[in-house]
Amino acid sequence: MGRVEGKVAFITGAARGQGRSHALRLAQEGADIIAIDICEAVPENSYPQATEEDLAETVRQVEALDRRIIATKADVRDFAQLKKAMDAGVAELGRLDIVCANAGIGGTPNRAEDIPEDEWTNMVDINLSGVWRTAKAAIPHLKAGGRGGSIILTSSDAGLFAYQNIAHYVSAKHGVVGLMRTLALELAPDMIRVNSIHPTTVDTPMVQNEGTYKLFRPDLEHPTKDDFAAAAVGMNALPIPWVEAVDISNAVLFFASDESRYVTGVPLPVDAGAAIK
Amino acid sequence: MGRVEGKVAFITGAARGQGRSHALRLAQEGADIIAVDICEDVEGTVYAGATEADLAETVRQVEALDRRIVAIKADVRDFDGLRKAVDDGVAQLGRLDIVSANAGILTSPSNAENFSDETWNTMIDINLSGVWRTAKAAIPHIKAGGRGGSIILTSSEAGLRAYQSAAHYVSAKHGVVGLMRTLALELAPDMIRVNSIHPTQVDTDMIQNEPTYKLFLPDVEHPTREQFAAASQSVNALPIPWVESVDISNALLFLASDEARYVTGVTLAVDAGCFLK
Repeated sequence: MGRVEGKVAFITGAARGQGRSHALRLAQEGADIIAIDICEAVPENSYPQATEEDLAETVRQVEALDRRIIATKADVRDFAQLKKAMDAGVAELGRLDIVCANAGIGGTPNRAEDIPEDEWTNMVDINLSGVWRTAKAAIPHLKAGGRGGSIILTSSDAGLFAYQNIAHYVSAKHGVVGLMRTLALELAPDMIRVNSIHPTTVDTPMVQNEGTYKLFRPDLEHPTKDDFAAAAVGMNALPIPWVEAVDISNAVLFFASDESRYVTGVPLPVDAGAAIK
Repeated sequence: MGRVEGKVAFITGAARGQGRSHALRLAQEGADIIAVDICEDVEGTVYAGATEADLAETVRQVEALDRRIVAIKADVRDFDGLRKAVDDGVAQLGRLDIVSANAGILTSPSNAENFSDETWNTMIDINLSGVWRTAKAAIPHIKAGGRGGSIILTSSEAGLRAYQSAAHYVSAKHGVVGLMRTLALELAPDMIRVNSIHPTQVDTDMIQNEPTYKLFLPDVEHPTREQFAAASQSVNALPIPWVESVDISNALLFLASDEARYVTGVTLAVDAGCFLK
């Protein structure tokens, strides 16, 4: 018996990275998946975006676990697209229990006063408002089920404290905590729990690129992965440079399962102790 | 394969309540247990203390799961007794991976200025210093193993915010958070993780008694369990009066397992959203 056997999970940003890892971990424990991803380039992002092939690979891997998956190309900036994907997935899979609002971007570093208007609004539109739209599309289905549910918002250590040169990212990820707490209060009467996860750097394409390396090593013209690792390990209390996507997925699984049936309103760092350093 | 298969856990206050539940949940997932309990009434508590028969029942239930258990009568106020218990347990079971500093008391409510020195000192000595002594006795064994480990401190919602008429309990449980964070930093180089759990009311003997009912219902002369349930539910966001011991055990299991291998320094509320209200 899997730990989320028979449940259905909706996951944004599921084509690769943490989103794909969440889909696989939940499927391993018995859940069916509704997956969406933008599958195209987001402007001003300093790393290549997921593709439709990536999303197809997530589908292949979930189906290899003998679970069902409905995958749709959709953008969290567009509520109509999100709602259509969600509604179609629930119609096909019959219910909704778990929501992973995972889709997010890293953006381009800049001092707060130098962030261009369009980069600020795009960041907030994806990393904060996209999370709200995801919840908005899901809540009617969770309530209709009458069995409660679990909504997990992916924030960041940048949702708990500030980092220089990414004011837009820090602001959006802090906003996610406010949204999590408000949703937790509003949905508690329906036994729908809402929690957030706060990773330190995770070994995914969003982090493993020269743009992010330069955020940590502004002293170097072309920092390498090793240069980045040396700086990243200094942020964490545990002697590791980053965590793996599966570590975030295991925290997602805890929140998604009935093992945490009375846990709500909690910001959970999976951060190798970065917050206490 | 259990989630903590082959590991050994040291648990204080293991004769009944949350401590027994932790022993059973970890044993179900493959751990052997070193259990201690004072097995006596503690001066000033408003409920009967656990007994040697209770501790023997924990032993019986763990052994019924085909796991080994070393159970010893010991008081967290006595470092030598604690250290001897841990040393004996590790000598018999071969290693130490997990520590649950669970032993704690609740004594009669009073305004801060009216506590006697004795009542104050006993509370701090058990609920705070006892946690430190537990860690102190365990750390050399975990370090000697060279495999890292997980120390879980049982704090309380009262470790995150104040409740009137329980200054001694609130101060001790806040102190546990400071200890948790300091230990997490000090032990991170050895991959030993330290986290705290913050329950709302748990359905155990420590709260199911008239003096505790009166803490919630000071104006009722002889409050009943039903009246307490209503008052208790009003502090939670989820529509439940209290959580069960197994809910705390499931959070402890997550933190104890390798699923949380990079989670350290975290205050994890298992509180039905009480913190948000």
